[in-house]
Amino acid sequence: MRYSGFRVIKEALTGHKGWKPVWREPDPKPHYDVIIIGGGGHGLATAHYLSKVYGQRNVAVVEKGWIGGGNVGRNTTIVRSNYMLDGNEPFYEFSLKLWEGLEQDVNYNAMMSQRGIINLFHTDGQRDAYTRRGNAMILNGADAELLDADQVRAEHPYLNFDDARFPIKGGLVQRRAGTARHDAVAWGYARSADLHGVDIIQNCEVTGLRIENGTCLGVETSKGFIGASKVGCAVAGNSGRVMGMAGMRLPIESHVLQAFVSEGLKPVLPSVITFGAGHFYVSQSDKGGLVFGGDIDGYNTYAQRGNLPVVEDVCEGGMALMPMIGRARLLRMWGGVMDMSMDGSPIIDRTPVQGLYFNGGWCYGGFKATPASGYCFAHLLAKDEPHPVATAYRLDRFRTGRMIDEKGAGNQPNLH
Amino acid sequence: MIINHPLLGPRDASEFTYLGDASLIDRPDGTAENAADAFYDYAYLRDNPAGEHRELWYHEAGDRSWLVVTRNTLTHEISKVELARDVARTRGRSK
Repeated sequence: MRYSGFRVIKEALTGHKGWKPVWREPDPKPHYDVIIIGGGGHGLATAHYLSKVYGQRNVAVVEKGWIGGGNVGRNTTIVRSNYMLDGNEPFYEFSLKLWEGLEQDVNYNAMMSQRGIINLFHTDGQRDAYTRRGNAMILNGADAELLDADQVRAEHPYLNFDDARFPIKGGLVQRRAGTARHDAVAWGYARSADLHGVDIIQNCEVTGLRIENGTCLGVETSKGFIGASKVGCAVAGNSGRVMGMAGMRLPIESHVLQAFVSEGLKPVLPSVITFGAGHFYVSQSDKGGLVFGGDIDGYNTYAQRGNLPVVEDVCEGGMALMPMIGRARLLRMWGGVMDMSMDGSPIIDRTPVQGLYFNGGWCYGGFKATPASGYCFAHLLAKDEPHPVATAYRLDRFRTGRMIDEKGAGNQPNLH
Repeated sequence: MIINHPLLGPRDASEFTYLGDASLIDRPDGTAENAADAFYDYAYLRDNPAGEHRELWYHEAGDRSWLVVTRNTLTHEISKVELARDVARTRGRSK
Protein backbone atom coordinates (compact mmCIF):
# COMPACT_ATOMS: atom_id res chain seq x y z
CA MET A 1 0.00 0.00 0.00
CA ARG A 2 1.47 3.35 -1.01
CA TYR A 3 0.91 6.31 1.25
CA SER A 4 -0.20 9.54 -0.38
CA GLY A 5 -2.43 12.55 0.18
CA PHE A 6 -5.16 10.93 -1.89
CA ARG A 7 -4.95 7.83 0.24
CA VAL A 8 -5.42 9.88 3.42
CA ILE A 9 -8.49 11.60 1.94
CA LYS A 10 -9.95 8.30 0.73
CA GLU A 11 -9.46 6.68 4.12
CA ALA A 12 -10.89 9.72 5.88
CA LEU A 13 -14.06 9.42 3.78
CA THR A 14 -14.38 5.67 4.35
CA GLY A 15 -13.91 5.53 8.11
CA HIS A 16 -10.19 4.64 8.11
CA LYS A 17 -11.02 0.97 7.57
CA GLY A 18 -8.44 0.40 4.86
CA TRP A 19 -5.23 0.85 6.88
CA LYS A 20 -3.30 -2.39 7.27
CA PRO A 21 -0.37 -3.35 9.52
CA VAL A 22 2.72 -1.98 7.83
CA TRP A 23 4.93 -5.03 8.21
CA ARG A 24 4.36 -8.77 8.49
CA GLU A 25 5.10 -10.94 11.52
CA PRO A 26 6.82 -13.86 9.80
CA ASP A 27 8.24 -16.98 11.42
CA PRO A 28 11.94 -17.41 10.73
CA LYS A 29 12.91 -19.50 7.73
CA PRO A 30 15.64 -22.13 8.27
CA HIS A 31 18.17 -20.22 6.16
CA TYR A 32 18.71 -16.70 4.82
CA ASP A 33 21.33 -15.19 2.55
CA VAL A 34 21.80 -12.37 5.05
CA ILE A 35 20.75 -12.02 8.67
CA ILE A 36 21.00 -8.63 10.32
CA ILE A 37 21.15 -8.72 14.10
CA GLY A 38 19.41 -5.69 15.54
CA GLY A 39 16.11 -4.12 14.46
CA GLY A 40 17.11 -0.56 15.24
CA GLY A 41 17.59 2.33 12.85
CA HIS A 42 20.85 1.05 11.42
CA GLY A 43 19.72 -2.58 11.09
CA LEU A 44 16.44 -1.65 9.42
CA ALA A 45 18.16 0.86 7.13
CA THR A 46 20.62 -1.88 6.17
CA ALA A 47 17.71 -4.20 5.35
CA HIS A 48 16.03 -1.49 3.28
CA TYR A 49 19.08 -0.69 1.16
CA LEU A 50 20.12 -4.34 0.93
CA SER A 51 16.75 -5.29 -0.53
CA LYS A 52 15.93 -2.18 -2.53
CA VAL A 53 19.31 -1.01 -3.82
CA TYR A 54 21.36 -4.22 -3.79
CA GLY A 55 18.52 -6.56 -4.80
CA GLN A 56 18.95 -9.08 -1.98
CA ARG A 57 15.59 -10.73 -1.38
CA ASN A 58 16.39 -13.44 1.15
CA VAL A 59 17.12 -11.24 4.15
CA ALA A 60 16.01 -11.24 7.78
CA VAL A 61 16.31 -8.76 10.62
CA VAL A 62 16.25 -10.38 14.06
CA GLU A 63 15.43 -8.18 17.01
CA LYS A 64 15.49 -9.03 20.72
CA GLY A 65 12.51 -6.84 21.62
CA TRP A 66 10.39 -4.75 19.29
CA ILE A 67 11.89 -2.80 16.41
CA GLY A 68 12.96 0.76 17.07
CA GLY A 69 12.97 0.22 20.84
CA GLY A 70 16.66 0.92 21.37
CA ASN A 71 18.71 3.99 20.60
CA VAL A 72 16.69 5.02 17.53
CA GLY A 73 13.86 5.60 19.98
CA ARG A 74 16.07 7.36 22.53
CA ASN A 75 18.10 10.00 20.73
CA THR A 76 17.80 13.75 20.31
CA THR A 77 16.92 13.41 16.58
CA ILE A 78 19.58 15.75 15.20
CA VAL A 79 20.69 15.32 11.60
CA ARG A 80 23.82 17.13 10.37
CA SER A 81 27.08 16.69 8.49
CA ASN A 82 29.41 19.19 10.14
CA TYR A 83 32.48 17.01 10.63
CA MET A 84 36.03 17.87 9.68
CA LEU A 85 38.19 14.83 9.02
CA ASP A 86 38.51 13.16 5.62
CA GLY A 87 37.44 9.80 6.98
CA ASN A 88 34.19 11.25 8.34
CA GLU A 89 32.89 14.21 6.37
CA PRO A 90 32.18 12.48 3.01
CA PHE A 91 30.30 9.75 4.89
CA TYR A 92 28.14 12.17 6.90
CA GLU A 93 27.47 14.34 3.86
CA PHE A 94 26.38 11.22 1.98
CA SER A 95 24.10 10.53 4.93
CA LEU A 96 22.61 14.02 4.88
CA LYS A 97 21.89 13.69 1.15
CA LEU A 98 20.11 10.40 1.85
CA TRP A 99 18.13 12.14 4.61
CA GLU A 100 17.00 14.75 2.10
CA GLY A 101 15.48 12.07 -0.12
CA LEU A 102 14.51 9.60 2.60
CA GLU A 103 10.77 10.22 2.76
CA GLN A 104 10.34 9.78 -0.99
CA ASP A 105 12.63 6.76 -0.97
CA VAL A 106 10.73 4.85 1.71
CA ASN A 107 7.31 6.49 1.08
CA TYR A 108 6.94 7.37 4.74
CA ASN A 109 6.66 10.68 6.54
CA ALA A 110 9.79 10.94 8.68
CA MET A 111 9.07 14.61 9.50
CA MET A 112 12.48 15.58 8.18
CA SER A 113 12.88 19.26 9.00
CA GLN A 114 15.94 21.11 7.69
CA ARG A 115 15.81 23.85 10.26
CA GLY A 116 19.60 24.18 10.46
CA ILE A 117 22.18 23.85 13.21
CA ILE A 118 24.38 26.50 14.74
CA ASN A 119 27.57 25.68 16.65
CA LEU A 120 28.35 28.73 18.77
CA PHE A 121 31.87 29.91 19.46
CA HIS A 122 33.05 32.03 22.33
CA THR A 123 36.75 32.72 21.73
CA ASP A 124 38.99 33.73 18.84
CA GLY A 125 40.63 30.31 18.91
CA GLN A 126 37.28 28.62 18.60
CA ARG A 127 36.37 30.87 15.69
CA ASP A 128 39.53 29.76 13.89
CA ALA A 129 38.72 26.10 14.59
CA TYR A 130 35.17 26.49 13.27
CA THR A 131 36.38 28.40 10.21
CA ARG A 132 38.65 25.49 9.45
CA ARG A 133 35.87 22.98 10.01
CA GLY A 134 33.50 24.97 7.79
CA ASN A 135 36.11 25.02 5.03
CA ALA A 136 36.58 21.26 5.36
CA MET A 137 32.81 20.80 5.06
CA ILE A 138 32.62 22.98 1.94
CA LEU A 139 35.51 21.09 0.37
CA ASN A 140 33.48 17.91 0.81
CA GLY A 141 30.38 19.35 -0.82
CA ALA A 142 28.49 20.22 2.36
CA ASP A 143 27.22 23.70 3.21
CA ALA A 144 28.66 25.86 5.95
CA GLU A 145 28.34 29.51 6.88
CA LEU A 146 30.20 31.52 9.51
CA LEU A 147 28.12 34.11 11.37
CA ASP A 148 29.42 36.92 13.55
CA ALA A 149 27.79 37.87 16.84
CA ASP A 150 25.37 40.38 15.27
CA GLN A 151 24.18 37.86 12.70
CA VAL A 152 23.65 35.27 15.44
CA ARG A 153 21.77 37.87 17.49
CA ALA A 154 19.44 38.55 14.59
CA GLU A 155 18.46 34.88 14.41
CA HIS A 156 18.67 33.95 18.09
CA PRO A 157 18.00 37.10 20.14
CA TYR A 158 17.27 35.13 23.33
CA LEU A 159 20.80 33.77 23.78
CA ASN A 160 23.07 34.97 26.56
CA PHE A 161 25.45 37.03 24.38
CA ASP A 162 27.16 39.07 27.06
CA ASP A 163 27.94 36.33 29.56
CA ALA A 164 31.00 37.42 31.55
CA ARG A 165 32.88 34.17 31.03
CA PHE A 166 31.57 32.90 27.69
CA PRO A 167 30.37 35.79 25.50
CA ILE A 168 28.98 34.57 22.17
CA LYS A 169 31.29 35.70 19.36
CA GLY A 170 29.47 33.98 16.52
CA GLY A 171 28.62 30.58 15.16
CA LEU A 172 29.12 28.06 12.40
CA VAL A 173 25.83 27.29 10.67
CA GLN A 174 24.81 24.38 8.52
CA ARG A 175 21.46 25.30 7.00
CA ARG A 176 20.72 21.85 5.58
CA ALA A 177 20.99 20.20 8.99
CA GLY A 178 17.93 19.70 11.12
CA THR A 179 15.85 17.09 12.88
CA ALA A 180 13.78 14.06 11.91
CA ARG A 181 11.12 12.05 13.69
CA HIS A 182 13.22 9.19 15.09
CA ASP A 183 10.51 6.53 15.45
CA ALA A 184 9.18 7.23 11.98
CA VAL A 185 12.65 6.64 10.58
CA ALA A 186 12.71 3.13 12.07
CA TRP A 187 9.13 2.41 11.00
CA GLY A 188 9.62 3.81 7.51
CA TYR A 189 12.70 1.69 6.91
CA ALA A 190 10.97 -1.36 8.40
CA ARG A 191 7.92 -0.94 6.18
CA SER A 192 10.01 -0.46 3.07
CA ALA A 193 12.25 -3.43 3.87
CA ASP A 194 9.19 -5.59 4.51
CA LEU A 195 7.66 -4.53 1.18
CA HIS A 196 10.90 -5.63 -0.50
CA GLY A 197 10.64 -9.08 1.05
CA VAL A 198 12.74 -8.74 4.21
CA ASP A 199 11.54 -10.82 7.16
CA ILE A 200 11.48 -8.69 10.30
CA ILE A 201 11.50 -11.10 13.23
CA GLN A 202 10.73 -9.41 16.53
CA ASN A 203 11.01 -10.82 20.04
CA CYS A 204 13.79 -13.07 18.80
CA GLU A 205 16.93 -12.68 20.89
CA VAL A 206 20.24 -13.82 19.49
CA THR A 207 21.79 -16.02 22.17
CA GLY A 208 24.81 -17.24 20.25
CA LEU A 209 26.66 -17.26 16.95
CA ARG A 210 27.32 -20.64 15.37
CA ILE A 211 30.91 -20.50 14.19
CA GLU A 212 32.73 -23.54 12.77
CA ASN A 213 36.25 -23.51 11.37
CA GLY A 214 36.33 -19.73 11.46
CA THR A 215 33.11 -19.35 9.46
CA CYS A 216 29.82 -18.02 10.80
CA LEU A 217 26.98 -20.38 9.82
CA GLY A 218 24.10 -18.56 11.45
CA VAL A 219 22.64 -17.39 14.74
CA GLU A 220 21.25 -19.25 17.73
CA THR A 221 18.12 -17.45 18.87
CA SER A 222 15.27 -17.74 21.33
CA LYS A 223 13.28 -19.07 18.34
CA GLY A 224 15.90 -21.69 17.45
CA PHE A 225 18.84 -21.80 15.08
CA ILE A 226 18.61 -19.69 11.90
CA GLY A 227 21.20 -20.36 9.23
CA ALA A 228 22.76 -17.60 7.16
CA SER A 229 25.43 -17.16 4.52
CA LYS A 230 26.28 -13.78 6.02
CA VAL A 231 25.52 -12.30 9.43
CA GLY A 232 25.68 -8.55 10.02
CA CYS A 233 25.70 -7.20 13.55
CA ALA A 234 24.16 -3.73 14.03
CA VAL A 235 23.47 -3.53 17.75
CA ALA A 236 25.39 -0.40 18.81
CA GLY A 237 25.28 -0.05 22.58
CA ASN A 238 25.45 -3.82 23.00
CA SER A 239 28.16 -4.56 20.43
CA GLY A 240 30.49 -5.85 23.11
CA ARG A 241 27.94 -8.44 24.21
CA VAL A 242 27.00 -9.73 20.76
CA MET A 243 30.50 -9.75 19.31
CA GLY A 244 31.65 -11.31 22.57
CA MET A 245 29.62 -14.36 21.48
CA ALA A 246 32.13 -14.65 18.63
CA GLY A 247 34.97 -14.39 21.14
CA MET A 248 35.90 -10.91 19.97
CA ARG A 249 37.04 -8.01 22.11
CA LEU A 250 36.28 -4.63 20.55
CA PRO A 251 37.85 -1.16 20.75
CA ILE A 252 34.61 -0.06 22.40
CA GLU A 253 33.18 0.69 25.84
CA SER A 254 29.45 0.99 26.56
CA HIS A 255 28.43 4.26 28.19
CA VAL A 256 25.14 5.96 28.97
CA LEU A 257 24.02 9.25 27.42
CA GLN A 258 21.10 11.06 28.97
CA ALA A 259 18.55 13.16 27.11
CA PHE A 260 15.90 15.54 28.33
CA VAL A 261 12.61 17.04 27.16
CA SER A 262 10.89 20.05 28.65
CA GLU A 263 7.16 20.64 28.73
CA GLY A 264 5.68 21.80 25.43
CA LEU A 265 6.25 25.46 24.61
CA LYS A 266 5.24 27.76 21.79
CA PRO A 267 7.88 27.93 19.04
CA VAL A 268 10.99 29.54 20.54
CA LEU A 269 13.98 27.85 18.90
CA PRO A 270 14.26 28.21 15.13
CA SER A 271 17.13 25.71 14.80
CA VAL A 272 19.35 23.25 16.59
CA ILE A 273 21.83 25.08 18.82
CA THR A 274 25.05 23.84 20.41
CA PHE A 275 26.89 25.65 23.16
CA GLY A 276 30.61 26.03 22.49
CA ALA A 277 31.80 26.61 26.04
CA GLY A 278 30.19 23.54 27.60
CA HIS A 279 28.61 20.43 26.25
CA PHE A 280 24.97 21.31 25.63
CA TYR A 281 22.78 21.03 22.56
CA VAL A 282 19.11 21.80 22.17
CA SER A 283 16.34 21.83 19.60
CA GLN A 284 12.58 22.14 19.77
CA SER A 285 10.39 19.25 18.75
CA ASP A 286 7.27 19.70 16.65
CA LYS A 287 5.24 19.06 19.80
CA GLY A 288 6.98 22.06 21.38
CA GLY A 289 9.22 20.36 23.93
CA LEU A 290 12.81 21.51 24.17
CA VAL A 291 14.91 18.41 23.48
CA PHE A 292 18.39 18.68 24.92
CA GLY A 293 21.42 16.81 26.14
CA GLY A 294 25.09 17.08 26.98
CA ASP A 295 27.92 14.85 28.11
CA ILE A 296 27.81 11.13 28.62
CA ASP A 297 27.96 10.03 32.24
CA GLY A 298 31.50 8.79 31.70
CA TYR A 299 31.65 5.28 33.17
CA ASN A 300 30.98 1.86 31.65
CA THR A 301 27.33 0.93 31.91
CA TYR A 302 24.59 -1.03 30.19
CA ALA A 303 21.85 0.48 32.35
CA GLN A 304 19.59 2.74 30.30
CA ARG A 305 19.67 5.40 32.97
CA GLY A 306 22.25 7.84 34.26
CA ASN A 307 23.01 9.74 37.42
CA LEU A 308 22.27 13.20 38.78
CA PRO A 309 25.67 14.96 38.44
CA VAL A 310 25.29 14.92 34.64
CA VAL A 311 21.70 16.16 34.91
CA GLU A 312 23.00 19.13 36.86
CA ASP A 313 25.85 19.72 34.42
CA VAL A 314 23.54 19.66 31.38
CA CYS A 315 21.05 22.03 33.00
CA GLU A 316 23.88 24.40 33.97
CA GLY A 317 24.97 24.42 30.33
CA GLY A 318 21.43 25.27 29.28
CA MET A 319 21.17 28.08 31.82
CA ALA A 320 24.51 29.55 30.73
CA LEU A 321 23.47 29.52 27.07
CA MET A 322 19.83 30.58 27.26
CA PRO A 323 18.65 31.65 30.71
CA MET A 324 15.02 31.47 29.57
CA ILE A 325 15.27 27.68 29.72
CA GLY A 326 15.12 27.99 33.49
CA ARG A 327 11.44 28.87 33.22
CA ALA A 328 10.56 25.62 31.50
CA ARG A 329 9.86 22.51 33.54
CA LEU A 330 11.56 19.24 32.74
CA LEU A 331 9.02 16.74 31.49
CA ARG A 332 11.04 13.61 30.85
CA MET A 333 14.60 12.35 30.91
CA TRP A 334 16.06 9.02 29.92
CA GLY A 335 19.30 7.28 29.04
CA GLY A 336 20.55 5.28 26.12
CA VAL A 337 23.56 2.97 25.95
CA MET A 338 26.27 4.03 23.50
CA ASP A 339 29.10 2.16 21.86
CA MET A 340 31.90 4.60 22.71
CA SER A 341 34.81 3.75 20.45
CA MET A 342 38.47 4.46 21.10
CA ASP A 343 38.69 7.32 18.61
CA GLY A 344 35.11 8.58 18.63
CA SER A 345 34.40 7.22 15.14
CA PRO A 346 32.36 4.21 14.01
CA ILE A 347 33.26 0.84 12.53
CA ILE A 348 31.68 -0.76 9.43
CA ASP A 349 33.82 -3.71 8.45
CA ARG A 350 34.35 -7.42 8.01
CA THR A 351 35.60 -9.32 11.05
CA PRO A 352 38.23 -12.05 11.41
CA VAL A 353 35.31 -14.54 11.33
CA GLN A 354 34.31 -15.41 7.75
CA GLY A 355 30.72 -14.38 7.04
CA LEU A 356 30.42 -12.16 10.13
CA TYR A 357 30.23 -8.41 9.60
CA PHE A 358 30.21 -5.62 12.14
CA ASN A 359 28.57 -2.21 12.30
CA GLY A 360 28.97 -0.28 15.55
CA GLY A 361 30.99 2.18 17.58
CA TRP A 362 28.61 5.04 16.75
CA CYS A 363 29.32 6.84 20.02
CA TYR A 364 26.46 9.28 20.51
CA GLY A 365 26.24 10.29 16.83
CA GLY A 366 24.45 7.29 15.42
CA PHE A 367 21.10 8.80 14.53
CA LYS A 368 22.34 11.23 11.89
CA ALA A 369 24.35 8.40 10.36
CA THR A 370 21.40 6.03 10.05
CA PRO A 371 20.84 6.19 6.26
CA ALA A 372 24.53 6.12 5.29
CA SER A 373 25.32 3.48 7.89
CA GLY A 374 22.58 1.27 6.44
CA TYR A 375 23.64 2.00 2.87
CA CYS A 376 27.33 1.32 3.50
CA PHE A 377 26.68 -1.78 5.60
CA ALA A 378 24.37 -3.10 2.88
CA HIS A 379 27.11 -2.40 0.33
CA LEU A 380 29.62 -4.30 2.44
CA LEU A 381 27.26 -7.25 2.96
CA ALA A 382 26.29 -7.42 -0.72
CA LYS A 383 29.68 -6.85 -2.34
CA ASP A 384 32.17 -7.82 0.38
CA GLU A 385 34.00 -4.54 -0.03
CA PRO A 386 33.57 -1.23 1.78
CA HIS A 387 31.46 1.52 0.26
CA PRO A 388 33.70 4.35 -1.08
CA VAL A 389 32.60 6.80 1.64
CA ALA A 390 33.15 4.28 4.47
CA THR A 391 36.61 2.98 3.64
CA ALA A 392 38.15 4.54 6.75
CA TYR A 393 35.83 2.76 9.21
CA ARG A 394 38.04 -0.29 9.56
CA LEU A 395 37.95 -2.55 12.57
CA ASP A 396 41.74 -2.87 12.61
CA ARG A 397 42.52 0.83 12.28
CA PHE A 398 43.75 1.00 15.87
CA ARG A 399 46.31 -1.68 15.16
CA THR A 400 47.52 0.09 12.03
CA GLY A 401 47.44 3.60 13.51
CA ARG A 402 44.73 5.01 11.20
CA MET A 403 42.48 6.50 13.86
CA ILE A 404 39.78 9.04 12.97
CA ASP A 405 39.83 11.20 16.07
CA GLU A 406 37.78 14.39 15.49
CA LYS A 407 38.39 15.60 19.02
CA GLY A 408 41.98 14.45 19.41
CA ALA A 409 41.15 12.89 22.76
CA GLY A 410 43.01 9.62 22.26
CA ASN A 411 41.98 6.19 23.46
CA GLN A 412 39.74 7.47 26.25
CA PRO A 413 36.17 6.67 25.17
CA ASN A 414 34.48 8.82 27.82
CA LEU A 415 36.18 11.95 26.43
CA HIS A 416 34.91 11.60 22.85
CA MET B 1 26.60 6.69 42.88
CA ILE B 2 28.42 6.65 46.20
CA ILE B 3 31.92 5.19 46.27
CA ASN B 4 32.96 3.88 49.66
CA HIS B 5 36.56 5.09 49.73
CA PRO B 6 38.77 2.73 51.83
CA LEU B 7 40.41 5.69 53.60
CA LEU B 8 37.79 8.44 53.51
CA GLY B 9 34.50 6.58 53.69
CA PRO B 10 31.49 7.17 51.41
CA ARG B 11 32.12 9.86 48.77
CA ASP B 12 29.98 11.04 45.86
CA ALA B 13 31.10 9.66 42.50
CA SER B 14 31.17 13.21 41.08
CA GLU B 15 34.38 13.79 43.08
CA PHE B 16 36.07 11.16 40.94
CA THR B 17 37.14 10.86 37.34
CA TYR B 18 36.89 7.56 35.53
CA LEU B 19 39.68 5.92 33.60
CA GLY B 20 38.40 2.49 32.59
CA ASP B 21 38.98 -1.23 32.99
CA ALA B 22 41.25 -2.13 35.92
CA SER B 23 43.34 -4.27 33.58
CA LEU B 24 45.03 -0.96 32.67
CA ILE B 25 47.14 -1.53 35.79
CA ASP B 26 48.90 -4.33 33.94
CA ARG B 27 50.99 -2.35 31.51
CA PRO B 28 52.74 -4.72 29.08
CA ASP B 29 56.48 -5.10 28.87
CA GLY B 30 57.67 -2.68 26.20
CA THR B 31 60.81 -4.70 25.51
CA ALA B 32 59.03 -8.01 24.92
CA GLU B 33 59.00 -9.71 21.54
CA ASN B 34 55.24 -9.21 21.12
CA ALA B 35 55.18 -5.66 22.53
CA ALA B 36 53.34 -4.13 19.54
CA ASP B 37 50.50 -6.63 19.79
CA ALA B 38 50.41 -6.47 23.56
CA PHE B 39 50.17 -2.67 23.53
CA TYR B 40 47.45 -2.71 20.87
CA ASP B 41 45.50 -5.02 23.11
CA TYR B 42 46.26 -2.97 26.21
CA ALA B 43 45.52 0.44 24.72
CA TYR B 44 42.48 -0.32 22.57
CA LEU B 45 40.64 -3.58 23.26
CA ARG B 46 38.20 -3.95 26.14
CA ASP B 47 36.13 -6.76 27.66
CA ASN B 48 33.26 -4.29 28.18
CA PRO B 49 31.22 -6.74 30.27
CA ALA B 50 27.52 -6.45 31.11
CA GLY B 51 27.65 -7.26 34.80
CA GLU B 52 30.53 -7.12 37.24
CA HIS B 53 33.29 -4.77 36.10
CA ARG B 54 36.54 -3.87 37.84
CA GLU B 55 37.51 -0.33 36.98
CA LEU B 56 39.85 2.51 37.89
CA TRP B 57 38.54 5.69 39.48
CA TYR B 58 40.72 8.67 40.47
CA HIS B 59 39.71 10.77 43.47
CA GLU B 60 40.53 14.01 41.73
CA ALA B 61 38.53 16.31 43.98
CA GLY B 62 39.66 14.47 47.10
CA ASP B 63 42.82 12.73 48.22
CA ARG B 64 43.98 11.96 44.64
CA SER B 65 44.25 8.28 45.23
CA TRP B 66 43.49 5.73 42.53
CA LEU B 67 40.83 3.18 43.40
CA VAL B 68 39.83 -0.15 41.92
CA VAL B 69 36.04 -0.21 42.10
CA THR B 70 34.07 -3.39 41.44
CA ARG B 71 30.73 -2.27 40.07
CA ASN B 72 27.85 -3.90 38.24
CA THR B 73 27.36 -2.22 34.86
CA LEU B 74 23.72 -3.34 34.72
CA THR B 75 22.65 -1.96 38.10
CA HIS B 76 25.44 0.51 39.08
CA GLU B 77 25.76 -1.40 42.36
CA ILE B 78 29.26 -1.16 43.87
CA SER B 79 30.35 -4.32 45.64
CA LYS B 80 34.00 -3.63 46.43
CA VAL B 81 36.43 -0.69 46.59
CA GLU B 82 40.18 -1.14 46.94
CA LEU B 83 43.17 1.15 46.74
CA ALA B 84 44.73 0.62 43.31
CA ARG B 85 48.11 0.80 45.04
CA ASP B 86 47.27 -2.33 47.05
CA VAL B 87 45.93 -4.14 43.99
CA ALA B 88 49.06 -3.34 42.00
CA ARG B 89 51.35 -4.47 44.80
CA THR B 90 49.59 -7.79 45.23
CA ARG B 91 50.18 -8.32 41.52
CA GLY B 92 53.89 -7.82 42.08
CA ARG B 93 54.17 -4.24 40.86
CA SER B 94 56.39 -1.52 42.42
CA LYS B 95 58.36 -3.86 44.64
